[in-house]
Amino acid sequence: MAGMKELANLVKELEEQLVTCIRCGMCQSVCPLFEQTRKEADVARGKLALLTGLMDNIFTDPDGVNERLNRCLLCGSCAANCPSGVNVVEIFIKARAILAEYKGLSPAKKLIFRQLLANPGRFDALVEWAGRFQGLFTKPSADAQGTSCARLISPLLANRHFMPLSTTPFHKTLPEKGVTSTGSRLRAAFFTGCLIDKIFPNVAKASLKVLSHHKVGVVIPPGQGCCGIPALASGDRDSFTRLVDHNLAVFEKEPFDVLVTACATCTSTIKKLWPTVYKNPSDDIRQKLTALAEKTMDINQFLVDKVGIEPLDTLLIKGSEKEIVTYHDPCHLKKSLGVADQPRQVIMAAGCKLKEMAGSDKCCGMGGSFNIYHYDLSSTIGKIKEENIEKTGCTTVSTGCPACMMQISDMLGKAGSSIKVRHPMEIYASRLKKNTP
Amino acid sequence: MIPRSIQDALQKIVGPQHLLTQKEDMLTYSYDAAVLDPVMPAAAVIPENTTQLGEIIALCHENHIPITVRGSGTNLSGGTIPQTSGIVVLTGRMNRIIEINEADMYAVVEPGVVTAILASEVEKLGLFYPPDPGSMAVSTIGGNVAENAGGLRGLKYGVTKDYVMGLQFFDATGNYIKTGSRTVKCATGYNITGLMVGSEGTLGVLDQVILKLIPAPKARQAMVAVYDTIEQASETVAGIISARILPATLEILDNFTIRAVEDFSKAGLPKDAAALLLIEVDGHPAVVAEEAEQVEALCRKMGARTIDQAENDAQRDRIWAARRAALSALAQLKPTLVLEDATVPRSRIPDMVRALQEIGKKYNIDIGTFGHAGDGNLHPTILTDRRNKEEFHRVEQAIEEIFDTALAMGGTLSGEHGTGIAKAPFLEKEAGYSSILFSRQLRAALDPRNILNPGKITGV
Repeated sequence: MAGMKELANLVKELEEQLVTCIRCGMCQSVCPLFEQTRKEADVARGKLALLTGLMDNIFTDPDGVNERLNRCLLCGSCAANCPSGVNVVEIFIKARAILAEYKGLSPAKKLIFRQLLANPGRFDALVEWAGRFQGLFTKPSADAQGTSCARLISPLLANRHFMPLSTTPFHKTLPEKGVTSTGSRLRAAFFTGCLIDKIFPNVAKASLKVLSHHKVGVVIPPGQGCCGIPALASGDRDSFTRLVDHNLAVFEKEPFDVLVTACATCTSTIKKLWPTVYKNPSDDIRQKLTALAEKTMDINQFLVDKVGIEPLDTLLIKGSEKEIVTYHDPCHLKKSLGVADQPRQVIMAAGCKLKEMAGSDKCCGMGGSFNIYHYDLSSTIGKIKEENIEKTGCTTVSTGCPACMMQISDMLGKAGSSIKVRHPMEIYASRLKKNTP
Repeated sequence: MIPRSIQDALQKIVGPQHLLTQKEDMLTYSYDAAVLDPVMPAAAVIPENTTQLGEIIALCHENHIPITVRGSGTNLSGGTIPQTSGIVVLTGRMNRIIEINEADMYAVVEPGVVTAILASEVEKLGLFYPPDPGSMAVSTIGGNVAENAGGLRGLKYGVTKDYVMGLQFFDATGNYIKTGSRTVKCATGYNITGLMVGSEGTLGVLDQVILKLIPAPKARQAMVAVYDTIEQASETVAGIISARILPATLEILDNFTIRAVEDFSKAGLPKDAAALLLIEVDGHPAVVAEEAEQVEALCRKMGARTIDQAENDAQRDRIWAARRAALSALAQLKPTLVLEDATVPRSRIPDMVRALQEIGKKYNIDIGTFGHAGDGNLHPTILTDRRNKEEFHRVEQAIEEIFDTALAMGGTLSGEHGTGIAKAPFLEKEAGYSSILFSRQLRAALDPRNILNPGKITGV
């Protein structure tokens, strides 16, 4: 391990961003983690102070700061409410990378990110095999959310109600050379994302159906990889950069007007992190990343702002008593990208009655790997969400992010709730089916 | 560092997970929102209840360990910057609203209750807790009481001190003191409640606060007036007060702030305007209608270019969003923001506004001025980069001149941010040496071992 002074110099890269925090402490009012623990090291102001401390070389080892820095959902609630506009998520992501590069990744993470995630083909194959065998270790839990739980007591799975891997990932349902269709108007490339591909393929299928209903041309190139956020959240900028390279090449082959995703986290990663965190981009790459980021959109936003949707004539649907839906704002849609109205419009256009929950834009507590390392805290935060959902009396909760869908399914499943969890595209597409026999 | 035996004793009181001693955590309790150098404490403890709090104080007294109590650490005067040899007592777990009494209109709360949460809980019952410091979304009642926090409604509704009916606290030795009562009137004993409010943790450690509540106003009317000169705006402020109207809020934004807000939030503010007045009257609907009309006429008479009344809640929200954005918008311009709160008698607002503009020019620094014009409490906000030593020196000179100017007008160094460390060296200018001496004697008598937030207010 190199000297702390060298680390201090590395953190100096962040100085201009770190000094913008005026220590006002307003982040305490919105941080879902701080709400639980009320410890300053858990809120953005404290973490920014810790990074400044690293830069000032006041610590003898980086572990204490590293550990605290990783206790964060990366939900961006702080950044969205920051009076001085500190780019907290970007700072934390970069800091995690600096620390991981300085300390070295753990062997397990090295295996997962470098050998698997950064090799989309190998990753897909492994997950496919896992999907076939998962029934040996887990059992479906007969709930409305379709979750599974462990067959045997497992410390890794604990009492989770997790979404099982789909037996057929989305990309396997497509022709080998991908999809290219011409619509009558815009042409959208579809970035699938791992969770939708492997756990919620129905969201992708629904999205395609909606796009084709609206006569939007679609491009789905084969061999897509992960957006890179799991690697990045663990500070693995190399794997992230490799994944971005891979995806850039994959999406260069066919022309398109807009890159859409049905995953809030993928959208936010492509738009916000690809251009800013890519390691040492050449001018050419930088240009490509910026151009792609500008073309990238959440699918709800695309549908409402670019395509334009009218309320579906749901009266024609036989027995379509209005379904009561509440909508959860994924942090990576509302706080990161300001997309909040469009998914609601999609739900209402599908003829559902939208009933707002208290704190609809409060983080569900998932936070990607935060859920793995801090499951108790993640569940405590998730429980608040679950209760707010239940209080609306809804039959379905909808959200535009598969990671939120997993967390909410886990929470509702454990509470024995009969509320279904659906992506807005699934809701909208299901009405199309009934509408156009 | 504090001895291992004391760490053990603290741990026994609060439990291992509520005693923090690692350097990383200490760094996170070394600062507050004031622009001052951080100081790391030796430990931080998070008591859950009165018993634990009392035991901590008794232990510290016995062992001569300084105590700094911290709510959300949002004060702007360094009131929660601890001592190297001391501990920080966090009030985060003592955050229960013990009682909201509708019949007698008071609330009893623990010090860690967040101001905005209390305000929204009482609002649900048709009651009103008016003090609304800018940080109320995170600030705690304990901190508000300790700093005598103000807010936008000071003009008509007063500040925190006007709502504290009684307190229960530990003195420096760990004795439990009760002062004030749940009655509207109370004439027994010394007014220790009054002494404790604004004492910044130097006279005792709060355990419970009894707060006065009032009926919520039935109607309100917000409006915004645009001016071509800042003199016209500040003359309007004086004019409204002398017409015997007390708006709930009467805020001013100068041109520098208007431009910053508009660039930041694109709210449609006129960037060429020299000043804006944001005004809200509240109370009985008939009175509100009449006063709104009077205020509008006054604004016009004083030369307002335009005046717009909010026609609905959405328009009202837009007006106040512009005010709330002021600090954010200014904060984005430069890395360091020094938010001052020197306050003058409200009739001197026009003079103060002029003086601030001259001071900005004289020291060649950026000052955005906004704030509570109606109660004389302006917020000259200086934008700088603390790393630029030469400029920061000019900033410090400018601040001192702002202080002198305010005092020369019969004002005070701080309307609502408190003395803390930041203003302690200047207090003598305002109050005189004998007043400092009196305060020091008072402290010495009540806290002979000088463990309660040393260094704040009186300088020792």
